[in-house]
Amino acid sequence: MRIALFATCIVDAMYPETAKSTVKILERLGHEVIFPKAQACCGQMHINSGYMPEALPVVENHINAFDTDDYDVAVAPSGSCVASVKHQHPYLAERLGKPELKERAIAVGKRTYELSQLLVDVLGVSNAADQLGSYFPDTITYHPSCHGKRSLGLGDRQLDLLKTVGGITVEELPEADQCCGFGGTFSLKNADVSTAMLEDKMKNICSTGASACAGGDASCLMHIGGGLSRTGAKPKTLHLADILASTMEETVTL
Amino acid sequence: MTQVFLGMPAAGHGNLFEEEPFPQAAHRELGNTQMRKNLRHATHTIRDKRVKVVGELPDWEELRDAGSAIKNNAMANVEELLLQFEKNFTARGGTVHWARDATEANKIVTELVKETGSTEVVKVKSMATQEIGLNEYLETQGIEAFETDLAELIVQLGNDKPSHILVPAIHKNRTEVRDIFLKEMPSVDPELTDEPAKLAEAARSHLRKKFLAAKVAISGANFALADTGTLGVVESEGNGRMCLTLPETLITVMGIEKVLPKWEDLEVFMQLLPRSSTGERMNPYTSLWTGASADDGPQDVHIVLLDNGRTRALSDRFGRTALNCIRCSACMNVCPVYERTGGHAYGSTYPGPIGAILSPLMTGIEAEDNGSLPYASSLCGACYDACPVKINIPEILVHLRGEDVDAKRETHKIPTQMDLMMKGGSWALGKGKNLGLLEKALPLGRLMAGKDKKIKKLPGIAAGWTQSRDIPAPPNKSFRDWWSDEKESK
Repeated sequence: MRIALFATCIVDAMYPETAKSTVKILERLGHEVIFPKAQACCGQMHINSGYMPEALPVVENHINAFDTDDYDVAVAPSGSCVASVKHQHPYLAERLGKPELKERAIAVGKRTYELSQLLVDVLGVSNAADQLGSYFPDTITYHPSCHGKRSLGLGDRQLDLLKTVGGITVEELPEADQCCGFGGTFSLKNADVSTAMLEDKMKNICSTGASACAGGDASCLMHIGGGLSRTGAKPKTLHLADILASTMEETVTL
Repeated sequence: MTQVFLGMPAAGHGNLFEEEPFPQAAHRELGNTQMRKNLRHATHTIRDKRVKVVGELPDWEELRDAGSAIKNNAMANVEELLLQFEKNFTARGGTVHWARDATEANKIVTELVKETGSTEVVKVKSMATQEIGLNEYLETQGIEAFETDLAELIVQLGNDKPSHILVPAIHKNRTEVRDIFLKEMPSVDPELTDEPAKLAEAARSHLRKKFLAAKVAISGANFALADTGTLGVVESEGNGRMCLTLPETLITVMGIEKVLPKWEDLEVFMQLLPRSSTGERMNPYTSLWTGASADDGPQDVHIVLLDNGRTRALSDRFGRTALNCIRCSACMNVCPVYERTGGHAYGSTYPGPIGAILSPLMTGIEAEDNGSLPYASSLCGACYDACPVKINIPEILVHLRGEDVDAKRETHKIPTQMDLMMKGGSWALGKGKNLGLLEKALPLGRLMAGKDKKIKKLPGIAAGWTQSRDIPAPPNKSFRDWWSDEKESK
């Protein structure tokens, strides 16, 4: 299969290793990965902040970059950005009175998958150690990010993949389904409430004794990791893709 | 044919406003550790109960779909349904009044009470009368209103404001309730303890006298059934039943969105509502009345049909499903923001996620500080999952943020930091090559980080981030550049 990587702006600029990990995993399964270079961002920051006309060029750019016959499916290492592509792009086009763009947005959305969704539902991965050679000899816990879990309905796909990684121990996170408090510009506009939510999330992560908290969204992980770093807590954060890409030969270190 | 633009329907008023920016109100409430403890305990208890009883129904999702479809249909035909209801309610001896807004509704109710010669009324818990500030208005007209719902009584005696639509005193624990009773309840036992049974007993004997003496009762309504002209109130304590049956005059104030086409629709809502609100399988006291019944219950029966901004909300094509709300409060019970700030931070009678969309939809986004309400959410989506009529609250919150930003474009001549960030972002993220160009500066960002490779302090609005979180030093090279160097050059 020819798979187009939608790296997402935050991974592209801040966490390039996670995009490389995504490429590695897919290539290991024998697929060809392409990176449409016209891509930039899904526009979620603009849309969620209410800047709809400003979001339009960003959304149009994404649709133009991915509305091609050049690939079979697109994948992003983010539930949130995929949810934006699937749900927010058609809304924005409708709101701004662009029916043709809306149709194209829906078409692109249908071909776009979050990483665990693609691995489990399309590529038939059910055992990361056996099928991907994934190996990570440490104890982790796992935070299911809200948009992946609720908007995309990912269920336990990410957690199930993590549990099948060789050498890994997965500790259950108390109150896992509670938001970490990131919420994009919510973390700036309502910094106090966001921080109160983050404090509870960090307390729960630390209570597991895990070395790292894994997740499927780099933005939530940056938020949680930034808080853990500030408080001097021991656990780090690590993206699902980086753990799945880790092998016996090339083991990811925290 | 010429089209006449009738203009935007009138904005609602009353207790529907955020009086200070939400972040400011939230900051203050977050400092109230006792309230936060009470609220965490209470919301988590109700959450767990709800999840348990909802899980018992194999057709829960179908019920939600049915509830949503019935409500969408009712709102699409609201005019016909209200007229049908009026005809049937009137035919059975009731009187229907129409109120465009809070002021009209308050005046109608006051006149009706004055006609009875009574200067006291008993009240069934009602959101509509909270919204229009009826008690306060009646007081100015020399009429005293007694709340009979236990939690409303606590709030009223404590000279406080409700902080939750179903559990108005959720922010108080039982010791605080005992203290209020000792201070404010006439002829209360001075030895009163904070045992729930003792507190309930104290309220019971206090209220019994009111029920037996009252000539006039005022209620809200959960449903109005168009095909029969029936009204319904759903409650847990039986105080409502007392008010609805003992007095001679019964006045109901109901938002126009509560109308349902037919009696059979109750089948769906009587399953959805108790499970979503109190986590109960069946509602304890369900009272239904159709006009007046000869020699049984109140003989003088009125309903005030209230708009107060509801047709305004209905005119918003992206926001109108907010009117499907059946006031169960599941969204606030599961909301991580509400759990921490409590209901008072939202200003309005309607707090939590549903309030953050309803208040601006009914009053207009520019009203007071209502523009700050749609941002009072991390958009985690827990509210949408819990909503028994599937109101997509996160989507409407985002839509209203758009309305807020657009409204401020006209008034803000000087762009805010957020405006500038978004304009810059629109350019930078609007083309792959623009982002690529900016990413060439990533190594510069590394200079901002300390020896520990962390950025700890940022200026302006970004300081909101660094007040509690670090940012890692950016990488030397973006993925985009790595791809060009490693993948494309080979």
